[in-house]
Amino acid sequence: MKPSDTPLEGEVDGGRLVVMSSRVRLARNLSGAPFPGWAKKADRQKSLESIKAVARILPEMNGALVRSMDEFTALEKQLLVERHLISREHAAKTVGSGVVISESEVISVMINEEDHLRMQALMPGFCLREVWQVIDRVDSELEEHLNYAYSSKLGYLTACPTNVGTGMRASAMLHLPALVLAEQINQIIQAVNKLGLAVRGLYGEGTEASGNLFQVSNQTTLGEREADLIERLTKVILQIIEHEKNARQALMEKRPQMIYDQVGRAYGVLGNACVQSSKEAMNLLSVLRLGLDLGLVQGVDRKNIDDMFLLTQPAHLQKHVNQKLTAEQRDVMRASLLRDMLKDAGRPKTMLFAPPDSPEPGREGSAS
Amino acid sequence: MLCDFCKENEATVHFSQVVGEKVSKIDICEACAKAKGFTDPGNIAMLGDVLGEFGSGQVAPDAEGLRCPVCGFTQANFKKQGRLGCSACYETFEPGLRPLLKAMHKGERHVGKTPRKAVTSEESSEHLKQLEKELSRAIKDERFEHAAQLRDEIRALQARTSPGTLV
Repeated sequence: MKPSDTPLEGEVDGGRLVVMSSRVRLARNLSGAPFPGWAKKADRQKSLESIKAVARILPEMNGALVRSMDEFTALEKQLLVERHLISREHAAKTVGSGVVISESEVISVMINEEDHLRMQALMPGFCLREVWQVIDRVDSELEEHLNYAYSSKLGYLTACPTNVGTGMRASAMLHLPALVLAEQINQIIQAVNKLGLAVRGLYGEGTEASGNLFQVSNQTTLGEREADLIERLTKVILQIIEHEKNARQALMEKRPQMIYDQVGRAYGVLGNACVQSSKEAMNLLSVLRLGLDLGLVQGVDRKNIDDMFLLTQPAHLQKHVNQKLTAEQRDVMRASLLRDMLKDAGRPKTMLFAPPDSPEPGREGSAS
Repeated sequence: MLCDFCKENEATVHFSQVVGEKVSKIDICEACAKAKGFTDPGNIAMLGDVLGEFGSGQVAPDAEGLRCPVCGFTQANFKKQGRLGCSACYETFEPGLRPLLKAMHKGERHVGKTPRKAVTSEESSEHLKQLEKELSRAIKDERFEHAAQLRDEIRALQARTSPGTLV
């Protein structure tokens, strides 16, 4: 994947230290057709066919997955949810709703979710401007062939008045373990809320944070230009990154034994457990990722850890072996994948015990 | 001022709705606002309940009968679902929606992207003239905050009507 070409974003979070992914979604509706939630089945079917026909011929959609929601198994739908390509609400849909997902999975168009069209661009790293440009282009191409419901006063008309105007939600997924460990995360969330931005869990609205991952997004869509909102959100995220970095530094200076201990425990459990729940795995992976960022863990790739956040999710595990697994079976398989990930990693750095009256308390131990 | 709900704490969250000459107000404390979910602008059905007017007869005396002529959606449907039936509903329910939109968004007017088809040069030049007139009036009256808003709106309009500009 092409890295962000915006030096500001790239410089500050070059190694994807904090921002795991960036996404912009747009809500659009067809003029003259009832919104999906109120439409009769025949109407929905009609909108679905007309949008599908247009979306699949876009140059970006060459080789895309084009499906009606009734053509997926429950497992396949769950897989798309875990990959953030469809919403949980859309996964519940059947006949009359569909998706068009680009081969690279950067672009996804949900048809007849809450609105006729919910299109998104999603890319790894901190690249809000870039994903906005991608989805803006897709939207402009679709608009050539579809008549959108639009008013000059209220902008794009959406099923829910909270989305009217730009119909845009821009968001970034942030990994903030130090702010959580330092118990500063609630202050940050409150400060961000005051700026009219929302902080949510891993799968968006109404989901809890897991693995110290937080989604920051705009709440309002009327009265602010898309590009201005993207800039504002980018600036706020840059500040959150600074706070996370400061919290990491402060923890290493003031409470190093706590950090060493957490990282050592994460390594110990991930490297040896035989039964591993999804929630615990996410939290331990988060701490291990922090350990890697702080140089306490070696011999494991950042990319491997990031992949594990996804590959240890229930549908991904089942996809891996191509069969349905019970929760117990998944926990065993998850533990096995995680042990494998750490098989070449050296033991994390430890702290040597120093007697309380020693002039140099808590010296660092060697890694192996 | 005490909270309308708990009658104990100082009210710090204020909602008001103006319909014709009638002003309805509600003042609540932060704890009650949080407990009842009013801090999330997405919680529109509840906001509608509190303001009470949408669907309860004060927006239009014949509220029971207010129904979108295009799709048949009613105010009661909106109150239940928090979603509208079709794009024409925005006009049908405009009086009730206006205060809700005002409470949940930054502005009351769209200033973002416009579908190319929706911009007829005639329409936009007319609008531009009107905005410029308003701007000079605002400057004359020394209403600078309003003037700045108008200036931004004019710029945005110019940007989206000139071809090839990324809005």
